[in-house]
Amino acid sequence: MGLTVTKLSCVRGERQVFRDLSFRVVPGEMLTLVGPNGSGKSSLLRQLAGLLEVTDGEINLDGASEDQTIADVVLYAGHLDAIKAPLSVSENLSFWAEFYGVSGIQVANALEAFSLGHLGHLPAGVLSAGQKRRLGLSRLALIDRPLWLLDEPTVSLDTASIAALGDLMRAHLNTGGSIIAATHVDLGLEGTRTLDLNSIRGAQA
Amino acid sequence: MNAFLSLVRRDVRLATRVGGGGGMAVFFFLIVLSIVPFGIGPDLNLLTRIAPGMLWVALLLSALLTLDRLFQADQEDGTLDLLILAPQPLELTVLAKAVSHWLTTGLPLVIAAPALGLMLNLPLEGMLPLMGAMLVGSPALSLLGAVGAALSVGVRRGGLLISLLVLPFYVPVLIFGVSASRAALVAVPGDLGGQSLLLLGAVSLASLVVGPVGGAAALRVAIK
Repeated sequence: MGLTVTKLSCVRGERQVFRDLSFRVVPGEMLTLVGPNGSGKSSLLRQLAGLLEVTDGEINLDGASEDQTIADVVLYAGHLDAIKAPLSVSENLSFWAEFYGVSGIQVANALEAFSLGHLGHLPAGVLSAGQKRRLGLSRLALIDRPLWLLDEPTVSLDTASIAALGDLMRAHLNTGGSIIAATHVDLGLEGTRTLDLNSIRGAQA
Repeated sequence: MNAFLSLVRRDVRLATRVGGGGGMAVFFFLIVLSIVPFGIGPDLNLLTRIAPGMLWVALLLSALLTLDRLFQADQEDGTLDLLILAPQPLELTVLAKAVSHWLTTGLPLVIAAPALGLMLNLPLEGMLPLMGAMLVGSPALSLLGAVGAALSVGVRRGGLLISLLVLPFYVPVLIFGVSASRAALVAVPGDLGGQSLLLLGAVSLASLVVGPVGGAAALRVAIK
């Protein structure tokens, strides 16, 4: 599913984060957002997901039916992992499967995508930061949505997990999905475009 | 429907696990009601007269105590974002949160009420009307509370704000609830107890609509 953004602006706490941002993402394409801290990468992703107010500009889905909204097509993975510490690893993921209407059989496969299968019975509270992140990211393997919005997905991941994430993203792009990700790590994906939020602001200044 | 039930199940499970804070409301209810007789003194007639009122006030305060975590816990760990983006309408998600709040707060308190009523010298014939009234009225506390909890989701230590927002709306529940619970104890002209119970039911049914719709609208504003 493609996405067209036209003259998007973002204001946070009376500060103009970015202005007149226009870009397009087509199916099978990945757009990498780069820029220093505070340049608006997370804000842009939240705006695209519909979790942050759009003060000015438009976000349109390409090829969406009339009643499809952006919430129906995105899978958002923010910098928080959305994990409940008292629940076990597999209970955490099973809940999201049920809540997003995915068959429970998929849970085991999704856990294996980040090699978490053997930790399934442990309370999520005892996991390390990297393992928690892997559990959060395993929702990408669980829930089938065409547009992924990833906010610094590689934070606290080890090399093997970064490679696993790269594989998952490549498979998603190959099946016609699209990804917008804020990351500074090279995931080894071909044909990605980069959007530098700082250069946009610099050009306006 | 599956999504709705899975959220209720998850929240009840979270509340009953260690550190989930599920027992907090019940223990607060117990503590408040066990110190009342010490504060009032050993006047049994007086205790009987104030018992329904005290039980209802304690029920209200216990419900308020746990409301501030209703959405905030989910907001802090990023769960709320994913709940909002899910296919299920946000109104149903708010309803599921309110239902699980009632199952972990309202229902245990209703069950505990007769035992604590004994401490306040509540006569046995007053127990059933009290439990009935609490069963009918307590869902309104969770449903109306969900609106307050949603409005203050972005506020750190929002408990005080929730109390200020929600308490005025709790007053009808308190008035009709106490009135319905007392009817069996005090001779009142006409069928005041029955009427109060009906009005209490009306408040609960109205909050069944107001709570989810208002809560969802408040959440949409609060996260942006």
